[in-house]
Amino acid sequence: MTVKLVYFAWLRERFGMGEEQIDLPVTVKTISDLFDWFETRGEEFEAVMEHRKIIQVAIDQEHVQDQATLIGDAKEIAIFPPMTGG
Amino acid sequence: MSIKPDIRIQQEDFDINAEIKKLTQGRTDVGAVVTFSGLCRGEGDTLSALELEHYPGMAEAEIIRIAEQGIERFGLLGISAIHRYGKIEPGENIVLVIATSPHRQASFDGANFLMDFLKTRAPFWKKEHLATGKEGDWVDAKDADDDALHKWEE
Repeated sequence: MTVKLVYFAWLRERFGMGEEQIDLPVTVKTISDLFDWFETRGEEFEAVMEHRKIIQVAIDQEHVQDQATLIGDAKEIAIFPPMTGG
Repeated sequence: MSIKPDIRIQQEDFDINAEIKKLTQGRTDVGAVVTFSGLCRGEGDTLSALELEHYPGMAEAEIIRIAEQGIERFGLLGISAIHRYGKIEPGENIVLVIATSPHRQASFDGANFLMDFLKTRAPFWKKEHLATGKEGDWVDAKDADDDALHKWEE
């Protein structure tokens, strides 16, 4: 399944890109699985995933509260630090 | 829902009086207007600017979702919000919220509610640019902003 991953703020800087199109491994079914897989993608990903408890996710532009949420047929998954607008 | 929130994400500054007029002109049912605007602080002259990053599409959609809840919950007659992005210098506007209603309490509550949820749920991030010319850090989220949401629990 191909999905667009988008990154913001310091995650974007650490990953060195704002977005990527990825064929997710079939084992990646939930957000938590996605983070597990990130940890295998090299040093920068591993370093960012040290903060996985506070990292926030939106699937198709809607917030996801629980990292056990199924990715399903998501088209776009955004990953970002806690928001600081206003 | 008949009342549609007017939500804009833009780089340019806004005109508060013009925005109030849009919500009040030609109507006689509005008895109260509350405006909140948030500005960039210089933090004791240590900052040269804040850089606001946002998630295009979702930023607008999320503020609309919050504003619609506010309309419903407080019986607002109108609500607008403008959030700027890009580089913003100390003293400049960052965000504007305007709520209107027949009586004052609904407008106060509506504007307060929208700001509290916008701070923790609208996808914006601030990066500091220092007066020394160096790029500073990303601003950390504050626990106080999360705590502020508790007062809206029913």
